[in-house]
Amino acid sequence: MNALKPSERMKIPRNHAFEQSPEERIHNFKEVSLGFDETLALTEASRCLECKNAVCIEGCPVNVDIKSFIQLVTEKKYVEAVQKIRESNYLPAICGRVCPQEEQCEKVCTLGKKHEPVAIGKLERFVADYEMKAGAFITPVIEEKRKEKVAVVGSGPSGLTCAAELAKKGYQVTIFEALHEVGGVLRYGIPEFRLPREILDLEVERIRGLGVSIYTNFVVGRTATVDELFNDWGFSAVFLGTGAGTPHFMGIPGENLNGVYSANEFLTRVNLMKAYKFPDYDTPIRLGKEVAVIGGGNTAMDGVRTARRLGAEKAYLIYRRSRSEMPARLEEIHHAEEEGIEFILLTNPVRIIGNEKKNVVAIECQRMELGEPDASGRRRPVPIPNSEFVLNVQTVIEAVGQSPNPIIQATTPGLETTKKGTVIADETQLTKRKGVFAGGDLTRGGATVILAMRDGKTAASAIHNYLQNLHS
Amino acid sequence: MYVIKEKSFLASNVARFVIEAPFIAPKRQPGNFIILRVNPKGERIPITLVDSNPDDGTITIIVQGIGKTTKELLTKNVGDTLPDIVGPLGNPTPILEKKTVVCIGGGVGTAELLPITKALFENGCKIFSIIGGRTKELVILEEEMKQYSEQLFITTDDGSYGRKGIVTDPLKEILSSGTKIDAVYAIGPLPMMKAVADVTRETGIKTYVSLNTIMVDGTGMCGGCRVTVGGQLKFACVDGPEFDGHQVDFDELMMRNKSYADKERLALEQFEHKDGACKLENVR
Repeated sequence: MNALKPSERMKIPRNHAFEQSPEERIHNFKEVSLGFDETLALTEASRCLECKNAVCIEGCPVNVDIKSFIQLVTEKKYVEAVQKIRESNYLPAICGRVCPQEEQCEKVCTLGKKHEPVAIGKLERFVADYEMKAGAFITPVIEEKRKEKVAVVGSGPSGLTCAAELAKKGYQVTIFEALHEVGGVLRYGIPEFRLPREILDLEVERIRGLGVSIYTNFVVGRTATVDELFNDWGFSAVFLGTGAGTPHFMGIPGENLNGVYSANEFLTRVNLMKAYKFPDYDTPIRLGKEVAVIGGGNTAMDGVRTARRLGAEKAYLIYRRSRSEMPARLEEIHHAEEEGIEFILLTNPVRIIGNEKKNVVAIECQRMELGEPDASGRRRPVPIPNSEFVLNVQTVIEAVGQSPNPIIQATTPGLETTKKGTVIADETQLTKRKGVFAGGDLTRGGATVILAMRDGKTAASAIHNYLQNLHS
Repeated sequence: MYVIKEKSFLASNVARFVIEAPFIAPKRQPGNFIILRVNPKGERIPITLVDSNPDDGTITIIVQGIGKTTKELLTKNVGDTLPDIVGPLGNPTPILEKKTVVCIGGGVGTAELLPITKALFENGCKIFSIIGGRTKELVILEEEMKQYSEQLFITTDDGSYGRKGIVTDPLKEILSSGTKIDAVYAIGPLPMMKAVADVTRETGIKTYVSLNTIMVDGTGMCGGCRVTVGGQLKFACVDGPEFDGHQVDFDELMMRNKSYADKERLALEQFEHKDGACKLENVR
């Protein structure tokens, strides 16, 4: 138990994790945040008010028992603490790094009403890393082996979570991944400086440790259809977690010039293919001295900070609204600023300009102002007449949204989609097709890792119910 | 892992590989391609499937050594493995039935044309084939193409085999001979496909071209393969690889494919002269 009185706890200021300095980190791809050490973790945990009504738990999309795990930290029972988290969330080392806690558990933290909230995310990361360093992870015992086979399509956060939950229940789970490495957006999208690959590799190994088999290089819809998974492969249920991988383009002139990338391509080349190690690795990337990234979300931040690390002298982030409308996490915006990213806000590109060799040399933009709120509730950006200006850049990276890849929808009869191309699923993640469940960005169209994980978890219990009823 | 079961050279720099890929073999259709990597640090490159055998679970590809990755692939031998192959990708080629068609292959593009020609033949089409290359050695699969063709024309740029000239010369003759042609299938270097499309444009004859673009994932995720077709943005990997040749903006695509020219040169130089020795000596 925490020996401090609530009034004493409130006096302790929120602790900040160690970080690589901006000057240092813009020259490497190592993790920016170095996390808490034990002293900081203990001090931070002692700030928790241990509220009777622990609203943080409600604030967490997968309802991690935050209060209990923080109490265990105060007792220095770090391994027990991470085990407590893992009861609700099989990927704590990942969530402790990439979850937008400021929008979830920390947003509702009682301490945050008058002071700063407890740094729940950093504590989660601390106990997960502690367990890793101590080699203290124990694979959960699977009590009852079941004979039913479940296919999980896509190895991103929703698929990994769904697979882990079903494997723990004893099902025979197979993950099918289109790329040659496992992890989906955690692998190709999120840069190593936010999520080191050793962490991802370890979490994937732990999922294999539950008996889950993983086929890479397997495109469901091409290598085998969903129907074939049922009929030829003998699966009793299918979970689709194929994400939102198809990049949008703005539709402005000059987008096919050399030097224009979708953020997906740019990040995939660097993260998955390790183009930053070219020519030791084979995949090249082209980057000018001046780079513009279009967009205001986490993908845009990842893109512009990656460009900076690859050696861009000027790395601009062009966003059509103002800072307060940016969908990116605050921490990422803050880190980007520290790294010398120049934000060009209330600005929208209208044309990309090329030379005779069709290489990008500049981007023409216009200034915007905010008008009335639109359907998203954010104020709509409106162009200011005659405000055009030209910015010299040699690389343009568009991070203006993604939609689901249509391959599975096109090859799976009975799977209904919305106009945006997202797959329709009910509150149990069941699609319109019997035995087929879906979640993550495939049904949401572009959300967060933790919401994808929640869908995977919800689907796993729905699949369990479905398979139970199938035999009764 | 994907084991190489057979390897043979069609020219000094062009090899045919039969590779174990049991999930892909039964699903292949004419026009499909795969993406492969040759080593654990390798790039992902698209290669069209020439054939497959669902019974023994193998696929066949024909590769010309051009860049670092294809040249490295040519150094692989029977029993070697490739770390990654994914597919079959792309849409199958539309195969007409009981029509008269012209099939045109340029260089190693003939390898991609062969399965389409075979499928057209099996669908009762009457086929005029034209295969060309810079020089005699690069005219490949002559016998294989001949067995499906009513008539086979061969051209070389240097006149070392067949007729001196380019593939559009016989095409023009066929078109002016009065034979009614229902469609043209052309696969080869971009300038060749562009020239073919230019010849058939006025006639209005449907002309299918198969685009080779820059590609990373091959499943619609990166957008690197984007092309302008009829003024619209298309992804070659999921919307193609076949498109209406009259609608394709070839000039744009040719410029796009040069995006990494300097990097590709660097990678190739490094590969060929690694450890001070020329690596390609042991290719054959």
